[in-house]
Amino acid sequence: MSRVATDSQHPAALMSRTRTGRRLPPATTLALAVGLLAVVAVASLAIGTRQMPLDLVLGAFTSLVPGDADQLVVRELRLPRAVVGIMAGAALGVVAALLQGATRNPLADPGLLGINAGASLAVVAAIAFLGVASPFGFIWFAFAGAALAAAVVFAIGSTGASGASPAKLALTGAAVTAATTPLVTLLLIRDDGTLLQFRFWSVGSLSGRGLESAAVLWPFLIAGLVLAAWLAGRLNLLALGDDVARGLGVRLGTTRVVTAIAVIVLAGTATSLAGPIALLGLAVAHAARGLVGGDYRWVTPLAAVLGAVVLLAADVIGRVVVAPAELEAGIVAAIVGAPVLIALVRRTKGGGL
Amino acid sequence: MRPDGALASGTGTGRLAEPTRAESVGAVAILIGQVRDRRRRRTAAVLLGASVLVFAAAIASLLLGAAGLTVADVFAVLVGQGSPKAEFVVMRLRLPRVLAAVIAGSALGLGGALFQSTLRNPLASPDILGVTGGASLAAVGSMLLLGLEGPAVALAAFTGALVVAGLMWALAWRGGLTGIRFVLVGIGLASIVSGLLGWLITRAEVREASEALVWMVGGIASTGWSELGTSGGALVVLLTATAVFSPRMPLLALSDDSARSLGLDATRARATAVLLGVALVAVATALAGPIAFVALVAAPIARALIGHGQAALAASALVGVVIVLVADLVAQHAFAGFAVPVGIVTGLIGAPYLLWLIARGNRKGSDG
Repeated sequence: MSRVATDSQHPAALMSRTRTGRRLPPATTLALAVGLLAVVAVASLAIGTRQMPLDLVLGAFTSLVPGDADQLVVRELRLPRAVVGIMAGAALGVVAALLQGATRNPLADPGLLGINAGASLAVVAAIAFLGVASPFGFIWFAFAGAALAAAVVFAIGSTGASGASPAKLALTGAAVTAATTPLVTLLLIRDDGTLLQFRFWSVGSLSGRGLESAAVLWPFLIAGLVLAAWLAGRLNLLALGDDVARGLGVRLGTTRVVTAIAVIVLAGTATSLAGPIALLGLAVAHAARGLVGGDYRWVTPLAAVLGAVVLLAADVIGRVVVAPAELEAGIVAAIVGAPVLIALVRRTKGGGL
Repeated sequence: MRPDGALASGTGTGRLAEPTRAESVGAVAILIGQVRDRRRRRTAAVLLGASVLVFAAAIASLLLGAAGLTVADVFAVLVGQGSPKAEFVVMRLRLPRVLAAVIAGSALGLGGALFQSTLRNPLASPDILGVTGGASLAAVGSMLLLGLEGPAVALAAFTGALVVAGLMWALAWRGGLTGIRFVLVGIGLASIVSGLLGWLITRAEVREASEALVWMVGGIASTGWSELGTSGGALVVLLTATAVFSPRMPLLALSDDSARSLGLDATRARATAVLLGVALVAVATALAGPIAFVALVAAPIARALIGHGQAALAASALVGVVIVLVADLVAQHAFAGFAVPVGIVTGLIGAPYLLWLIARGNRKGSDG
């Protein structure tokens, strides 16, 4: 593994290849990103089929008028969407950053690797067969599905002489996604009611998620983020190659297990909240690395904030471009993320993949 | 449909060419001739076997079902002597379904074989590359947004498939085609296309959700005779074109450099093969939606049965028909209480095969 890691063609070299010239201090970048998130969050409360001036949005929280329709829209419809978007986006950004760091794989993304698809299959199966209805009930199935899909992808993707190459893992992930799709469809067509509900969920949507999902699932998000924070420093050392990292005192086994747990918890939470959203994390983690360099102690929090920004922005864009209808956030995210994937694939020579 | 026959007879004539040379050479020639004979016999046997399977599955598809028809009933309808009830069941419900399976299956099998041979990669099937998705997106868009029908939808599907294939070619080409880059760019495009398709479907005023599902996974229930006429006509044209083109297929097995050193231009042959593949996929998709993985699995099965390296075009088309017909039988009768679209069954077969393909490629040490 260390031999491969020193090869300049190796993805790790590609990933850390960033311009070091005019870059803002990481703390400033992160602060700007948080500011951007605040702007997008307010926009997501104000923009929609019914446009609202800012004072009205503010008034919905400060001076309650019972029965006021505009205030109800802000509080009951748009606030839950914004909260769900921030939580799911942050989780997806962090998952991708962790996966890319731990596997030194520039193409790592929970959607691309089939992990979200596994989680969504498990959730749909739990609802269809076991009648599990509450988010606290099906989150465990989401974790199990994510874990199973990740295990299959990494088991099949890392066989062979050259180990787990990014291209092989991405292909295997696509195959796992393709394998779950007919199963999900099969479960859904048994029942028209479920189908109508999950048509929207299956493309990744923030609408129709009550605050109750968010209220139940936030501890899992926090747990995942805490694990990610613990991992960040170790990922920096892992980027130097397995042997160097071991020499510097990183326990590789423990680090991998913790990464796996964090990935499963965060991907399962994001999928339970917003459906299987692909390619958002991929784009966000690369953007974060481009902005603050290869230090995962900055990349991970920035990926969290940017993930929330992009998912919320995707939701707002989806509401605006085809108004009065709306484009699901997951679709906008895929349309934004796919060019990033294509650019990454193009910039890498055949041998590097 | 005689592309393989044309190929085999083209190569077979060399067998008789050198009887007068030295004995050892003669022995080799005889040996080669025997091998070729064996190959030809095997190809013929595979084609015959697949045809028998197609026929059996079609008969089963006509007979099975809630109406309880006998062989005599069905035969009577086919010669124009059936009872009104049997006539309705066979001519309106079951026969169109069988014909749709034949058209879609052969088009997908042949299209997949053309793609895989051209890009020299078993993963480079139109469904993984997003070409099927492009056809499906354009077909659904033209129906829902523009209100088109009939041949116009097929034309839209062809345009959509062509746009995706063109984009992929433009994005993946970097001084040559690397199969794996092609596939990854295709996965990216496929995710955009499936996102847009999902959006169209969630937006549409679908009377029945299952109608939308056909466009997500592919199904051949409720096909009308006029649609069958359109796509059947297009299929005949494309099959003829492929048969005319097929003598140039061996060229595609060469790398660009080898072809150039022989003084041959492979680029035009490649472009022609991909264009034919795109058109075939579009015909199938406009008729039956994106039936998952038929294009991926048909050609490798055909090649494995025939047992030599050549692109087994006719066999791929027949295997495609067998897969769709049998999968449709399973989809109609195996799930107690409700019929599922055929694409779900082919997806359940195809996805594990895809995983196996990747795992096997890994063991060999190749990249995919």
